[in-house]
Amino acid sequence: MSIYLNKDSKIIVQGMTGGMGAKHTTLMVESGANIVGGVNARKAGTSVELGGKDLPVFGSVAEAMKETGADVSVAFVPPKFTKDACIEAIDAEIPLLVVITEGVPVQDSAEVVAYLEGKSTRMIGPNCPGIITPEESLAGITPHTIAGKGPVGLVSKSGTLTYQMMFELKDFGFSTAIGIGGDPVIGTTHIDALEAFENDPETKAIVMIGEIGGDAEERAAAYIKDNVTKPVVGYVAGFTAPEGKTMGHAGAIVSGSSGTAQAKKEALEAVGVKVGKTPSETAELMRAVLNDLGLKSL
Amino acid sequence: MSDLMEYQAKELFAKHGVTTTLGKVVETADEARAAAEELGGVTVIKAQVKAGGRGKAGGVKLAKTADEAFEYASNILGMEIKGLTVNRVLVTPATPPVEEYYFSFLLDRSNRSYLCIASVEGGVEIEEVAKTNPDAVKKIAIDALTGVDEAKATAIVDEAAFPAELRDQAIKMVQDLWKVFVEEDATLVEVNPLARLEGDKLEALDGKVSLDDNASEVRHPEHEQFEIREEADPLEAKAKDLGLNYVKLDGQVGIIGNGAGLVMSTLDVVAYAGENHGGVKPANFLDIGGGANAQVMANGLDVILNDEQVKSVFVNVFGGITACDEVANGIKGALELLGDKATKPLVVRLDGNNVEQGRAILNELNHPLVTQVDTMDGAADKAAELANA
Repeated sequence: MSIYLNKDSKIIVQGMTGGMGAKHTTLMVESGANIVGGVNARKAGTSVELGGKDLPVFGSVAEAMKETGADVSVAFVPPKFTKDACIEAIDAEIPLLVVITEGVPVQDSAEVVAYLEGKSTRMIGPNCPGIITPEESLAGITPHTIAGKGPVGLVSKSGTLTYQMMFELKDFGFSTAIGIGGDPVIGTTHIDALEAFENDPETKAIVMIGEIGGDAEERAAAYIKDNVTKPVVGYVAGFTAPEGKTMGHAGAIVSGSSGTAQAKKEALEAVGVKVGKTPSETAELMRAVLNDLGLKSL
Repeated sequence: MSDLMEYQAKELFAKHGVTTTLGKVVETADEARAAAEELGGVTVIKAQVKAGGRGKAGGVKLAKTADEAFEYASNILGMEIKGLTVNRVLVTPATPPVEEYYFSFLLDRSNRSYLCIASVEGGVEIEEVAKTNPDAVKKIAIDALTGVDEAKATAIVDEAAFPAELRDQAIKMVQDLWKVFVEEDATLVEVNPLARLEGDKLEALDGKVSLDDNASEVRHPEHEQFEIREEADPLEAKAKDLGLNYVKLDGQVGIIGNGAGLVMSTLDVVAYAGENHGGVKPANFLDIGGGANAQVMANGLDVILNDEQVKSVFVNVFGGITACDEVANGIKGALELLGDKATKPLVVRLDGNNVEQGRAILNELNHPLVTQVDTMDGAADKAAELANA
């Protein structure tokens, strides 16, 4: 088991023929993920060889799904066209849409999130590394070589901190690691991922990585208190970030006294989540949790 | 998110039909006098900085004559408000409000949508009103797909309970402010005070607008006019020209890393390490992103080494997609490009993809300024130690 993505997932790539799309489609194929094709209206009917696999290009997400049985789409389309690409995938009722694109206008994301209401699609991102279920599938840009399968579920706003934490805990491994993205408005939230991990029998403990900006971590803390029985270890980045400055991610900004790392840490600790001061300390806390559960490292 | 100054916000208001008075923006006291003479009568001299609380700080004055306008402008220009120097003042005709209201549209991150906040108790900080008289602050959710049409604007105006004689004006103004929010891709459009003037005229006396940088990049090239280059930190301006994601901070350890989250985390880890080394702190945020080639690394190092406060540099890279050997070659190439300009010690921590090859390249380079440390915590400690030496 895992969340959202497994060995049976059939993946198409929106924007597969672009630079980023082609590079990462190759890496996804090489990771063993089942990539079944791509979408580009202007190149429909052609095919592209990526990672040693001949991949058909379809004119639309709907057509690609019909022809291949795809149930996941990964989008690498430029920010200007991301909203339309998302709407197309949602209209085609793709079960999982992973939007890697960075730089999407926030009003476009807000419209897409509103459009998702009542639809069957789950969206991850935008501005995220995507999702990996080690040794089964990869929908995104997370390197598949960092860590293998194991009992830890990971949800993070940040790509590189996802990699860092997978690396720190590679002696245990991961059920699924999901990067939800650092934008102010995103599809899948910390809470969604926590709920899925709670319901996933393979996940024994959860690492939650947050950062400054907004109140997603505080809301996640409230959710954990009432709904999560599995142990959760947290990490929050940005204690030294100054007020009013965007720190790389569009959503990573302390506004006045809200969105601080300290407030997030306190909210998580108040509901019993152990919060590490550094990524390595966080990994140590998780190791102790796993040992308490009687789990041994690989 | 980019905050605009009041006069810039008002320009956008005027563009979309929101009733406001633009006045004149000036940079010297003489110009302020001339502006006051031209406008005639009593004028208001308002400091133009991207900070709230300008009035409390003495940055807003009522001038009865042109000479007073000159005097107040002399005092206000050069003044510091919340650490920001006032380089320009706005001179507007004084229009004493009969009543003051509050109005805003904003991005509501918690609900992943938009929110309208309106109150007929305005003129002071809305947070204060929310505390003392929460019922007077109306929060109305806006659907991102349907937005604000005339019916929604009417519902907002009625819920906020604007006076009946202003109702029609308010309904139009709410729609025009919505145009500012949507058509300019704002994350905040705030009017405080929204004033009722003599003769029951509704006017935006002050304005605050924050724009979404992503949207400005994608579809608003005209927003570039709002950037005031001379007010940016010189190192931040240089980094921006080089296409680097850089924020200047007040510390001694220069930071270069890949990925926003890892760099934020690096700043924190360096600050903790600094507690054991004379309280040294991170000097900057710099995310060189995925492709850390030699030129990007050289550009990053160039910006950081030009920061006089910097005593040591910490390069913290986790090779995800980026291979560590590429990063190591980037550092090597950067040191060659910089030559004698590279004068400060570099602590490098590489991990992840192709780490062995990356470390080998730096070992072979054997550069006197470069120290390699295997872990993030250990490297942060070393960098802090060197900055405190």
